[in-house]
Amino acid sequence: MSEIIIENLSRRRFLQGSAGLTLGFCLPAVAAAAAGKLGAVATVNTEINAFLKIGADNSVTVMSKHLEMGQGTYTGLATILADELDADWAHVRVEGAPADAKRYNNTFWGPSQGTGGSTAMANSWDQMRKAGAAGRAMLVSAAAKRWNVGAAEIVVRDGVVSHAGSGRKASFGELALDAAREAVPTEVKLKDPKDFRLIGKQAKRKDSAAKTNGTAQFTQDVFLPGMLVAVVAHPPQFGATVKSFDASKAKAIKGVVDVVQIPQGVAVLATDTWSAKKGRDALSVSWDDSKAFKLGSDEILAKYKEMAKKPGLIAANKGDTAKTFAGAAKVVSASFDFPYLAHAAMEPMNCVVHLKADGCEVWNGEQFQTVDQGRVAAVFGLKPEQVRLNMLYAGGSFGRRASTHSDYVMEAAHIVKAINGKAPVKLVWLREDDMRGGYYRPLFHHTLEAALDGSGKLVGWHHRLVGQSILTGSPFEAVMVKDGIDHVSVEGASNLPYAIPNLLVDLHTPTDIGVPVLWWRSVGSSHTAYSTEVFLDQVAAAMGKDPVALRLELLSEHPKHAGVLKLAAEKANWGTPLKAAPGERRGRGVAVHESFNSFVAQVAEVTVKKDGSIKVDRVVCAVDCGTAINPDNIRSQVEGAVGFALSAALSGEITLKGGRVEQGNFDGYPLLRIGDMPKVEVHIVPSSAAPTGIGEPGVPPLAPAVANAIAAATGKFLTKLPFNTTELVA
Amino acid sequence: MIKLTINGKAHQLDVAPDTPLLWALRDTLQMTGTKYGCGQALCGACTVHVDGTPVRACTTPVSAVVGRKIRTIEAVDSERVGKVVQEAWRKLDVVQCGYCQSGQIMSAVALLSQNRKPTDADIDNAMSGNLCRCATYVRVRAAIHEAAKALA
Ligand code: FES
Ligand code: FES
Repeated sequence: MSEIIIENLSRRRFLQGSAGLTLGFCLPAVAAAAAGKLGAVATVNTEINAFLKIGADNSVTVMSKHLEMGQGTYTGLATILADELDADWAHVRVEGAPADAKRYNNTFWGPSQGTGGSTAMANSWDQMRKAGAAGRAMLVSAAAKRWNVGAAEIVVRDGVVSHAGSGRKASFGELALDAAREAVPTEVKLKDPKDFRLIGKQAKRKDSAAKTNGTAQFTQDVFLPGMLVAVVAHPPQFGATVKSFDASKAKAIKGVVDVVQIPQGVAVLATDTWSAKKGRDALSVSWDDSKAFKLGSDEILAKYKEMAKKPGLIAANKGDTAKTFAGAAKVVSASFDFPYLAHAAMEPMNCVVHLKADGCEVWNGEQFQTVDQGRVAAVFGLKPEQVRLNMLYAGGSFGRRASTHSDYVMEAAHIVKAINGKAPVKLVWLREDDMRGGYYRPLFHHTLEAALDGSGKLVGWHHRLVGQSILTGSPFEAVMVKDGIDHVSVEGASNLPYAIPNLLVDLHTPTDIGVPVLWWRSVGSSHTAYSTEVFLDQVAAAMGKDPVALRLELLSEHPKHAGVLKLAAEKANWGTPLKAAPGERRGRGVAVHESFNSFVAQVAEVTVKKDGSIKVDRVVCAVDCGTAINPDNIRSQVEGAVGFALSAALSGEITLKGGRVEQGNFDGYPLLRIGDMPKVEVHIVPSSAAPTGIGEPGVPPLAPAVANAIAAATGKFLTKLPFNTTELVA
Repeated sequence: MIKLTINGKAHQLDVAPDTPLLWALRDTLQMTGTKYGCGQALCGACTVHVDGTPVRACTTPVSAVVGRKIRTIEAVDSERVGKVVQEAWRKLDVVQCGYCQSGQIMSAVALLSQNRKPTDADIDNAMSGNLCRCATYVRVRAAIHEAAKALA
């Protein structure tokens, strides 16, 4: 392996000189040679900056600081950089960046690296454009010197640098080493959006090939020499601990190497997964449940309903709701119940940890680098930078791998600690471990009231929410919990976009519920969009108004909401009749919601059969997420969000009995199957604004749009999730 | 010792006869394209072909497939239907996280090998055992139609 180190101090100046933009050119450029497979010629890869390497073989490697968990981040980030670089898309590849909060922090999160909140494109937009443009400028100056021509006369197109006057040409690979020695420009000129050649076009996904031939590497696929697989016996209730255990039968199983107690339970280590599972099955553990949480979900809900009778902490307050409701001509009210939800990513949680003489190496679908790195370091008494994190593809996450408590990563680290690091360990959660492992979307109870005045105008709105806080007790508490209000408990409710003069949103946050909760794709909006948008349709019905017309009236100050709403309604032929077969009822429903600074409206068309069963036939979506970096990926994300949200609406529910989670696998927690997937149409509002996220915003409007369609078909508003279709029997 | 024929190659495996084919493939042979999702034939992530029929490897003990022809995602492009399906998947960018996709493709290849012109209902039927948490179903359907067109 040949290695060339190039010192380039101007990188530092670029970093400092770029007005708040961290490009991370703070390391010396290292031209690490990537030794190819056996017999192949070693390729010299030159680091142009923290996000870009150019190979002698003309490959352009974009370093992704964000996790690829399906949302298309690798492709999106590469698209931005490659466009400004004028690279040949066919030569672009993407590599997961190592954990390094200095170079690879999420610019929206300060000094912390991580992926979440649909921020990947938004926080990287300027950064990746500048990284690409800087790389381009350096290639151009290298060529100008080599050919002794003016930089301004040089053209870059599809990975080729050329000079028309002299007829000279060079590929990126031929110029890379010289380019890396060039001064990093203190200022770079970004393209005029009309000159984009990849952004806004159909750049194909970079992970399609590997994900269609079995070669994509997930954490589950990591094998290290001498590695053991750990399967863990977890306590049956949250908060229970190991009293004692008998490992003799487990140890008698061929392949089982060790059985160790850890804070999270008892780990069985074996040479392979099946032996470890058999070992766990043979293990007998008695649990101490004296500190365990023992309530059932019905009891939790009953408690929340009691709490909802009293005022909570105020999250939003406008006008005078007390007076408005006292003087109202008509009051509409409703309450809504939302269950715990499991993320149920297709790849159950897992993590590989290898303790070495000088540090520790972790392989993970890594979503919270800085948080996980610090915690793992603490387990082993290391410095954070001694923990090397390898970010692999994640087989889905939907928030689960962004664990506020690093739960499964810590579990893996504790197992390695318990065996004194004698072998690298792959912790494998079986489906049941994953489903019963907690960190659910919290169970919520909402009550809503609307006041209409004598002229039938909507003048008051009172929304009360009861549910556990996700952020209290997490590293994000200081930033995101203010005056007892966890921002993500009320997002979507406290910032209701509708022009209602008197509005009160209050919140109860129970603190004695021992079920771990976490963000679940779209977080607070996964429940607030439902209650607000279904309730608004109930209000519209009480006012005798059309749901789209009422919304447009109330959205006068929110043109982006109104824009997507109009577009979705128009494309769905809102207002035209739907044909229903004899014995069937059909209806159209609408919902609009902003989350993560993106705006999505959806119109659902639903058929309700005699027996109450429902079929969502079609969903028309309109999206405004700023500049569409990759329109096809936006469509793909919204299609997926529709299916993900519909799955929850139709059947998603985690229940507890005596503190025990009742579901364990996909029989008890069914996911949407292909036959229930509606047709999905996605329309994108053209925009030149900076891009916002699209991983999550397609989720919130779906369930309320479907519920409103069901109500249009049957007159019945469903206020409990998942839908109880027996209420819809004709 | 268990003797298995996988992707046309003979393998000798030192595993217990009740070991699910899934773990023999993944842990013993380190052929990791076949995925674990549920272990109970509920998700289809582990779908492989046994004598051309889609089978859930997680509930198939190795002893049951001795002497049978096993085909996995790693060799899916070794014959025409597989190659065409893979190309359709790439053309339409079906994948998101990708974890379910080996299983989706194996089921789709089995369908198209039997039925060159599947209807939406045929597709829903043949693919109903393959869960996709990312809900790529719209594109799975479209890619199967696309592949059918290419095979016609
Ligand atoms: S892992 Fe075999 S069907 Fe799910
Ligand atoms: S692509 Fe993620 S589970 Fe199917």
